[in-house]
Amino acid sequence: MKPLALWKRVLILLVCAWGLIGAAPNLFYGQVERHNDAAAAIEAAGGTASPEQTAALAEWPEFLPSSLVNLGLDLRGGAHLLAEVSVEDVYKTRIDAMWPEVRDVLRDLRDQVGSIRRAPSPDGVLRVTISNPAGMAAALEAVRGLGSSVVTLTGVGQSTIEVTAEGEDIVVQLSEAEKQATDDRTLQQSLEIIRRRVDEVGTREPTIQRQGENRILIQVPGIGSAAELKALIGTTAQLTFNAVVSRTTDVGADPGPRNRLLPSIDEQGVYYIVEETPVVSGEELVDAQPSFDQNGRPAVSFRFDTTGARKFGDYTAANIGAPFAIILDDEVISAPVIQSHIPGGSGIITGSFSVEDSTQLAVLLRAGALPAKMDFLEERTIGPELGADSIEAGKVAAMVAGVAVAVYMVASYGLFGLFANIALGINIALIFAALSAVGGTLTLPGIAGIVLTIGMAVDANVLVFERIREELRVNKSPARAIELGYERALSAIIDANITTFITATVLFTVGAGPVRGFAITLGIGIITSVFTALFVTRVIVEIWYRWRKPATVAV
Amino acid sequence: MAWRFRLAPEKTNVDFFKYQWLTFGGSMMLTVVAIVAWAVMGLNFGIDFRGGTTIRTEASEPVNVAAYREALTALDLGDVAITEVFDPSFAENQFVAQVRISPQDGQEAVTPETILLVEEQLRTIAPSITFPSVESVGPKVSGELIWKAIAAMVAASLGIMVYIWLRFEWQYALGSVIALIHDIFITIGVFAIFQLKFDLTIVAALLTILGYSINDTVVVFDRLRENLLKYKTMPLRDVMNLSVNETLSRTLMTSVTTLVALGAMLIYGGDVIRGFAFAIFFGVVLGTYSSVFVAKNLVLFIGLDRGDKPKAPGKSEFSNVEA
Repeated sequence: MKPLALWKRVLILLVCAWGLIGAAPNLFYGQVERHNDAAAAIEAAGGTASPEQTAALAEWPEFLPSSLVNLGLDLRGGAHLLAEVSVEDVYKTRIDAMWPEVRDVLRDLRDQVGSIRRAPSPDGVLRVTISNPAGMAAALEAVRGLGSSVVTLTGVGQSTIEVTAEGEDIVVQLSEAEKQATDDRTLQQSLEIIRRRVDEVGTREPTIQRQGENRILIQVPGIGSAAELKALIGTTAQLTFNAVVSRTTDVGADPGPRNRLLPSIDEQGVYYIVEETPVVSGEELVDAQPSFDQNGRPAVSFRFDTTGARKFGDYTAANIGAPFAIILDDEVISAPVIQSHIPGGSGIITGSFSVEDSTQLAVLLRAGALPAKMDFLEERTIGPELGADSIEAGKVAAMVAGVAVAVYMVASYGLFGLFANIALGINIALIFAALSAVGGTLTLPGIAGIVLTIGMAVDANVLVFERIREELRVNKSPARAIELGYERALSAIIDANITTFITATVLFTVGAGPVRGFAITLGIGIITSVFTALFVTRVIVEIWYRWRKPATVAV
Repeated sequence: MAWRFRLAPEKTNVDFFKYQWLTFGGSMMLTVVAIVAWAVMGLNFGIDFRGGTTIRTEASEPVNVAAYREALTALDLGDVAITEVFDPSFAENQFVAQVRISPQDGQEAVTPETILLVEEQLRTIAPSITFPSVESVGPKVSGELIWKAIAAMVAASLGIMVYIWLRFEWQYALGSVIALIHDIFITIGVFAIFQLKFDLTIVAALLTILGYSINDTVVVFDRLRENLLKYKTMPLRDVMNLSVNETLSRTLMTSVTTLVALGAMLIYGGDVIRGFAFAIFFGVVLGTYSSVFVAKNLVLFIGLDRGDKPKAPGKSEFSNVEA
């Protein structure tokens, strides 16, 4: 038998060693997890550690690897939410915000277009009727001038708005390219805000991902329920600064077109009628801090970005003496009167706050408001006990399966069966090491995948061993038979495993959650079992063969 | 040779085509029965595919399905199904039930308020009750999930078919894909007949069956291809028999090790994973059968073009022409 080249043998043994060492932390899951948590906490605190943290840190030696397999929600317990972001809401806000600008440019052309009036239109579309259609061309050109070019790779050169004429109406809406760009921004912003809010509660490794065009998947291990998570994220939290039309105590007051009637948060029974289109929205806020006003009462100071600052500056300059509403979640937090022009884009919100209120409001403002409403399409809560039960059941099943397969292999192939069992052990270690290394998530179907792998992993060895038997039957020398066995079984092993790998890939691509977890373990299991069956057992057989130099081989 | 545990004798010479019409007929019949059962009885879709909410309850008092139902009828939630879950792994005073609530009009996922009401109602009947899992899927997502599941099955089958076509010949690809469809349909039929819960994890199981069954089939095909080169004049049918016989011992070994592992999963894996384990277990049995009796039989029916087969000695194109 021609032995494998030395470098190959060394490489194979190195991979095995990596697998065994890499999988080891998972045997001490609790300890390693506490160690990792403590290490992360200490780093976050800038190197200072509490006695408990030091103790937790000492539970697992620093020099050993400490990557663990992530446990999926179905094993750890926690909450899962799939949210759909109403991206169209943003179109409406954007288009509504354009009305003053459109009005102003058309006003400048009054001698050509005549009088202008905003006509009723569906959300996200601005319809303006002009009394003199002869000036339509000029009007269209002027309104088009308000658009700017879209800043994305695909949308280069396209305008942000689409302006068309329909009879006497000018119809303004966002262009397709801009809608797409807006969707992206809305999603990014929502993701960021959700992440910040979830991080506030300091839970371990939440998954917050964009899915498809307008969805966000949120998985938070260790949280009590999906309802709790939903409350944490908040569904409609939106901060805006709007012009106040009037103040009333009549809940049934008619706010009039394009106005809204909103309750005041701290004055019982008081309602404000505000303009629907905000002057500045919370997205333009860059910072908010708790502070005190000149009378020493708690307040929140804030600062806008450049565009926000400009809009805010212009508005305050034009409306000195008028009240101005700060609205959070459809409630008026406060409605201060504008004392003077505020040019720098920073200001202060006063109200009857306590210090806690102002601190909390600052946090809320800093975290930002969600740019659009979210609908929850899927909610799942899995209790930690159920997960623990599943882990236990999975462990027992894997153990029983492992032992049964091992016994069966030895009964069928004797010593070679034992070799296959060693390879099986290394195979399982490699799966765990690989899962830990890539940060894969182990789910309940994932455990089933491992159990299935235990059963199927020996397949490649069975193919080789059966082949060796066949070769032995035609009276080849043992060495030759072993060599041919490995050689001839190769194409069947490769074909068989590639086809299974194809299904694993499909499962991974289209599957979500637990199914994807299964696909990962199945896929990794296929690679590792081919490796162990072809190389690991081969090295073992070679070592054994050169040591014993048997005259005959019994497979 | 030392003693060995054997599933098949050292050398077998079974004629797998002897009862080919019986096995073929049987397979056809089972497939038809499965499709009819599927069409007539429908599948017992879990919330993944039909939307709605399932709440798992666990209490130390025995489950009284009627009382549970009565408590929930008061809430006017539409269709409510309550099933008690039995599992040998449960503790003596552990009683588990699954409450399924149909999707509520006008909302995607069930609101926390509704779930809270349900929980309160059930707590009046069973004070010790806890809710280890609450899952809610909106109709929008569930519709997409069905579509995605079908797409996954089709994509996987096509992927496999293309690969086999590239590596072998189109006859093999067609034979194995029909065998796969046979396996998948019969498994789905079993789920329809016994009205077992069919959800996303079952789709994962079906795809696994696809992978396993093709794995098994490919090993036979691989040997067949090898033997076709080796025995160029042997009739196709005999080469096939020889190939299956040669690989029989491996086929049985692998099926048994896999079934042993899956059996452990089925018995000890707990009730949450049981449907999944059952589907794969059943599928492995079926996949083994189909790779021995279905796939290659189809290839035989279609016929292989053995163009490189040299003519038997003494025969030429004119050898049967009377001169």
